Amino acid sequence: MGINQDHVRHVGQLARLHLSEEEIEAFSPQLNEILRYVDELNTIETDGVEPIASVVDQANVLREDALKPCLPHEQAVANGPEVIDGSFRVPNILENR
Amino acid sequence: MTYEPVIGVEVHAQLLTRSKMFCGCSTDFGQPPNTQTCPTCLGLPGSLPVANEAAVHMAIRAGLALNCTIRSSNWFARKNYFYPDLPKGYQISQYEEPICEHGWIPLEVHGTTKRVRIRRAHLEEDAGKNIHASAGSGSLVDLNRAGTPLLEIVTEPDLHSADEVDAYLKALRDILRYLNVCDGNMEEGSLRCEPNLSLRPKGETTFGTKVELKNINSFKFVKDAIDYEITRQTQVLNEGGTVHQETRLWDTAKGKTAVMRSKEEAHDYRYFPDPDLMPLHISEGWIEQVREGLEELPQAKLQRFINDYDLPDHDARVLTSSRTLADYYETCVQLGAQPKATSNWVMGELLRELNHAGIGAEDAPVTPERLVELLTLVEDGTISLKAARELFPEFYASGKTAHALIQETGLRQVSDEGPLTEFIQTVIANNPSQVAQYREGKEAVLGYFVGQVMKASGGKANPKKVNDLLKTALLGNE
Repeated sequence: MGINQDHVRHVGQLARLHLSEEEIEAFSPQLNEILRYVDELNTIETDGVEPIASVVDQANVLREDALKPCLPHEQAVANGPEVIDGSFRVPNILENR
Repeated sequence: MTYEPVIGVEVHAQLLTRSKMFCGCSTDFGQPPNTQTCPTCLGLPGSLPVANEAAVHMAIRAGLALNCTIRSSNWFARKNYFYPDLPKGYQISQYEEPICEHGWIPLEVHGTTKRVRIRRAHLEEDAGKNIHASAGSGSLVDLNRAGTPLLEIVTEPDLHSADEVDAYLKALRDILRYLNVCDGNMEEGSLRCEPNLSLRPKGETTFGTKVELKNINSFKFVKDAIDYEITRQTQVLNEGGTVHQETRLWDTAKGKTAVMRSKEEAHDYRYFPDPDLMPLHISEGWIEQVREGLEELPQAKLQRFINDYDLPDHDARVLTSSRTLADYYETCVQLGAQPKATSNWVMGELLRELNHAGIGAEDAPVTPERLVELLTLVEDGTISLKAARELFPEFYASGKTAHALIQETGLRQVSDEGPLTEFIQTVIANNPSQVAQYREGKEAVLGYFVGQVMKASGGKANPKKVNDLLKTALLGNE
């Protein structure tokens, strides 16, 4: 599947990137190049090969259900743009509120 | 046109772990905002998630109880989207490889039993909580809940009415509570229900366009929201309109659903396996070990109560509605109490006091031992049933033994012939015309005499004894 400019706009929007028209024009062929390169994987015979989720040969890396100390509140919210009543304040999420 | 509603339900059940799904922060409810967070659940760079073994164990337990197949190999995936309550920009969930799939639970609605198929149940982490402040002042975000383990349980579209959804949710909640994997509290959000609903002309097999319902936080509102939506969609279709695929929020105050308008882009989650987490391999041995530890489920317990204790369906249902109440009841019976009499007491007097106090049977101030003592005293005639019932609130609250309380209140039942005969003679002497009626064969008058004797004794006379003695006395005085 070729990547056209609409795909670039859509993916840019999903990633919250502000792309200029020039960038959209430039990225479209670049992304196609990258995909063509990755497409070579499709030439490999994979019938009967189980899908894997990880290339690390490990499973069941689990922790005991035990409590660990949390961050102090002032550190937890230190990176927030604004803090009100202990909560992060962000722009309205729902339009009709 | 008559339409048939087709409903599937997604339930998010918070698992009763102490710590979060992928970090050691507490899952305690109701703490000050952002005091139960760490670099992992805040999504800070360099932090790594590690899955909570207890959550995996609970998912397997729930899966087995829901008759699911447990996938021997399954893994976590990232569900990517932007929202302020999701600090990492993705939710760790499971996508193509859920831990549990292809299950079912039996469901009884209006006397008929059917199976509701469970499509899948998978592990994921909860998001934080948004508090929508008044217009203009923005939204407030509390990340205490972010990372709390959830089991998302998804049905096939097997439900067809608000009543069926209600029955399904209650059955599911009972199972999860019995297993001790979720407290089932809809008001606090530890059990959240999102039905999706479409209509199709009756007899049709293809599905209509479905609407997803959110923001429902009680069993009553689930029914209200579904009934509202059935009515709304019926009207849209009857007027020749089309139902749009959308998410609608239930508005409790207005009793309506309304389209959720979000600034966010249409969903395109770009799932992929989370490279930070290793896959789960669940061996047969692990599954068997969990299976052996499974408690008896509500449906099986219900049937056993009916069979073993010869209880009416209604009694068995009430008693098995919670595991602790069922345990309380069984302890009483094992102590030697008569099953049906015990059931009456537990469902009546005890449950009334428990409900009044808003507590469960596990916290009842009256232990099964003490209740059985009272029941034994009723059984052997030391105290009348009526007096025992009247005494119960004090018995429940005071912590005194039944013996002591009966002594103290003077409610010991009078069964001795001496004093009873005295009462009877007085009553007979005072009611010559009723005596004549009785002797003429009007046996119904006997009830009147029993009543009079009971009254004369201040309610303490043993009614059965009175009955016997009266019959003899009424005939013997001829």
